Amino acid sequence: MSISRADHAPALVGAATLLGLFALLELAIRAGLVDRYVVPPPSDVVASFARIVTEEDIPHRFAQTALEGLGAAVLIALVGIPAGLLLYRHMVLRVAVQSWVAALAAAPLVLAYPLFLVIFGRSAMTIVMMGFISGVAPVTLKTLEGLSATRRVLIDVGRSLKLTPAQQFRLVLLPAAVPTIFVGLRLGLVFALINIVGLEFLINFGGLGQLINELAERYDLAGTYAAIAFVVLVSVLFFLALERTERWLRPGR
Amino acid sequence: MAETRTIVALPITPRLGAVMRLRLFLILGVLIMWEATAASGLLFRDVVPSSVTVVRALVRLLIDPDFWGNFGVTAGEVLAALAIGATAGLAAGLLLGASRFLGRAYEPYLNSLAPTPKIIFFPVMIMAFGVYAGSKVAMGALSAFFPVALSTAGGMREVDAALVKVGRSFRLSTWQMVTKIYLPAIRVPVLNGMRLGFGVAVIGVLLAETKLSNQGLGYLVMQAYARFDMPQMYAILLVVFAVAVALNAGLGRLTEPRHRRT
Repeated sequence: MSISRADHAPALVGAATLLGLFALLELAIRAGLVDRYVVPPPSDVVASFARIVTEEDIPHRFAQTALEGLGAAVLIALVGIPAGLLLYRHMVLRVAVQSWVAALAAAPLVLAYPLFLVIFGRSAMTIVMMGFISGVAPVTLKTLEGLSATRRVLIDVGRSLKLTPAQQFRLVLLPAAVPTIFVGLRLGLVFALINIVGLEFLINFGGLGQLINELAERYDLAGTYAAIAFVVLVSVLFFLALERTERWLRPGR
Repeated sequence: MAETRTIVALPITPRLGAVMRLRLFLILGVLIMWEATAASGLLFRDVVPSSVTVVRALVRLLIDPDFWGNFGVTAGEVLAALAIGATAGLAAGLLLGASRFLGRAYEPYLNSLAPTPKIIFFPVMIMAFGVYAGSKVAMGALSAFFPVALSTAGGMREVDAALVKVGRSFRLSTWQMVTKIYLPAIRVPVLNGMRLGFGVAVIGVLLAETKLSNQGLGYLVMQAYARFDMPQMYAILLVVFAVAVALNAGLGRLTEPRHRRT
């Protein structure tokens, strides 16, 4: 019992600190030390949760953002994984462009969203394409890394069994690379979703990101904070689920 | 050990000539496709302008003092953001990494918040810091804080226990332990965190500028968008991408293995 209590002590202290900070903030706002027109009392924010869920059509917005994320994820997987395979298969191509792909991953591509606005208009397509562009490079690089790190002995076993290149890929390379490819997909999806929600906010279109922009423009402070907290909560839960799936895929770790 | 045998470092490396030829071929291919799209009229007029027009716009941009003024504004905001975000991140990382209890109490919150889209906090930053540079710096600082804090905390846990014992046996003060033992030992993870922090600070500042501002490179991009001046938009994007990638590569060099040797 005492061991389990000791195990939970840090988590309890963390949660207590957070609640304590909210309580202090509430007191400071009520005492007039913090301007309530800049930071609304946490109790108002909590009270606004129910309001924004019922009045702002949260399920529909959530579905819209999720669909955009799904669209981007499908595109990322369809382009990123074959691109990684192509680079793995062709050594010259790999040496020639790997640094370019890495540079692409490091560039602040999201700034190009006005360009996508011109091409695709203020639509879900712009958001999906931005998500795709920002998430594809990590998937390509991780696919290449996963395939390249296949143990030599496994490849040799495949060769000794005279597997065709297609069999070698399906039965040896792909299974060995799947965990690393999934790490890439998770990274790609995280980047894509960050940009999707961010872009919804910036161009005032779509699901959850737009909700924050709309409430901020209405100067509904408590609602804005509640919506931000809601989006953060959704992101956290989603990323936790992704992490769980990744751990499930690589049970050895 | 068989576990570590990989085919990453096969001794067969392609000849440099073949690689350069392929690169040239790819660049030429992209340019030809670009020009063909520009001439085809498949997209709206000027959405894909001729590369000559883009180069002309780039030259015009680079000799325009107004551009450099806006570049300076963004650079100043990013530097201020990085200074604030990285200092706070470093302090938080040192604290969380030094104490296992504190790390377990607070790091899950940092880990959870790190991958959330930071730009959604922009309305809060506007309320707190106003519509001018302050809110952009705050956006960049908030973005930079997380990678620096998490990388520093992770680095602290990897510090060789022998180094810490040596420091303790010399009865170093807390400040001396930080400056003489911990900081030199966690240089690489801190620099990696700074590199990531720099990248996200640039994005935070630029996106905030595109949303609400009257100066900076993000503002210039939105001006080009509003005027439908596509060559200028491409030129600004090219400059921003080139600077960001070059700085990222430069910071990456600092963390290369040869620098780790003491």
